Amino acid sequence: MSNQYRNDFPLLRQGEGTEPLIYLDNAATSQKPESVLRVMEEYYRKYNANPHRGLYEISVKATEQYEQARRVTAEFINAKEEAEIIFTRNTTESLNLIAYSYGRSNLKEGDEILIPISEHHSNLLPWQQLAKEKGVILKYLYLDQKGALKEEELKEKLTKKTRILALAYVSNVLGTIYPVKDIIQKAHQVGAVVVLDCAQSIPHLPLDVQELEADFAVFSGHKMLGPMGIGVLYGKRELLEQMPPFLTGGEMIDYVGEQEASFAPLPQKFEAGTPNVGGAIGLMEAINYIKQVGYGQIAALEEELTAYALEGLKEIPHLTIYGEKAFTKNRCGVISFNLEGVHPHDTASILDADGVCIRAGHHCAQPLMRYLGLAASCRLSLYFYNTQEDIDALITSLKKVRRLLGLGN
Amino acid sequence: MGIETIYSEILMEHANSSHNKHHLAEASHTQRGVNPSCGDEIELELRIREGRIEDAAFIGSGCAISQASASIMIDLIKGKTVEEARKLADTFTGMIKNEIKDEKELDQLEDALALKDISHMPARVKCAVLGWHTLEKVVQD
Repeated sequence: MSNQYRNDFPLLRQGEGTEPLIYLDNAATSQKPESVLRVMEEYYRKYNANPHRGLYEISVKATEQYEQARRVTAEFINAKEEAEIIFTRNTTESLNLIAYSYGRSNLKEGDEILIPISEHHSNLLPWQQLAKEKGVILKYLYLDQKGALKEEELKEKLTKKTRILALAYVSNVLGTIYPVKDIIQKAHQVGAVVVLDCAQSIPHLPLDVQELEADFAVFSGHKMLGPMGIGVLYGKRELLEQMPPFLTGGEMIDYVGEQEASFAPLPQKFEAGTPNVGGAIGLMEAINYIKQVGYGQIAALEEELTAYALEGLKEIPHLTIYGEKAFTKNRCGVISFNLEGVHPHDTASILDADGVCIRAGHHCAQPLMRYLGLAASCRLSLYFYNTQEDIDALITSLKKVRRLLGLGN
Repeated sequence: MGIETIYSEILMEHANSSHNKHHLAEASHTQRGVNPSCGDEIELELRIREGRIEDAAFIGSGCAISQASASIMIDLIKGKTVEEARKLADTFTGMIKNEIKDEKELDQLEDALALKDISHMPARVKCAVLGWHTLEKVVQD
């Protein structure tokens, strides 16, 4: 297939020529390049050891590589210093850490948290729980027809009472890119702290936390070519400093007495227990891979593919696309759609028989689906290693669905 | 060709499962069944008199497999005793779990046999058994 990167991905190569795998579920997780698999294997084969405490060579090397991963990550998102990078399990854990640690110690009854209705459950439930526990009010921003936030509503709901504004950079259902720089500025004008969920943006768009002035930014390694089980929490030092630890235990202490303890400085304060060294090393290599391809190239490839996919989908009778229906600067290659009269799970099963992998369901965004009046939808999501042939296979398979279900064409 | 056969056979027998999809007059038992992961939902209504299922119907929404399977089940259990219905439910579950392979035993499932290949599609098992699990909740009481 005509894509210079595809060969780097062993999983995508399997079955080529006979039963090719058409992977269009990149918003769920991305595939991994050979180099990421190699560095992780090398770690486990050659210097697997518990970091930060061993006084022998391989432990020193494991520590060095783990801390190197932190430096590479900090530089990648332009954090001021590497201590502002906390490694977690994933985006969900990062968001829970913020809600539990920052939220519980800074919010009080009557304060408000503001989030768009389109948030993934991971950027909704921690706030909903916090709201219930502390008597905080959770408010929502609704969307217009194209999936964009409404300026008027933001103006109205973002007030001095708003203590936290949490939002995704890119919607995992509609692919909408939100104007986060502008929103962050407005939030800061009323004194709110902004939590930016970059899980869906960082595979496709650069992140510069200083330029955006994000207070917190979070993402997962596995959606950006890295392994599962490694996530990132960026926080401004002054915020992280004043926050209590989230998890307590090994590696995060300074001194432990029978009745009290003092905690390690950043970033160890938030990294209790043995960390995921192999995962961090995999993430570091994933970052290197993305840097080599370049975000400019990623955007160019995805823009072409997204426009091609949208054109193809529009030609299928009885198919509805949700959100923005054309390629614009404000969308990523995530497209939600339904075939009239067909449950998304039936569509996904029929596509699966042709080797086409898409997501079907509520995409961990039930409040958004309800707002859109949908029980579920099909979702395809692209990455730079996809090809027009992938999309052709999807379209061919989609055209069979209604016929197979006895609904005509 | 697994999936295509399943869909075409199910649909041949149960064109969008409309003939059993309605409210039942004088239902004695109503039971709701949900697949939270898919959003499949049915409400099974039964009229049971003296240990026999006199009539059955359902309402609901969801994928073709969940809805057709529920409809096929209703055809099968109408007129049967509660005990017979319970045994059919066991047989159906056994078929889907790939635990019952004896063809004679499976033959009593009649049209529901069309769903046999779902046993090779783990992602859809829950859809196929939704109606039957909902029935079990009634007949096991």
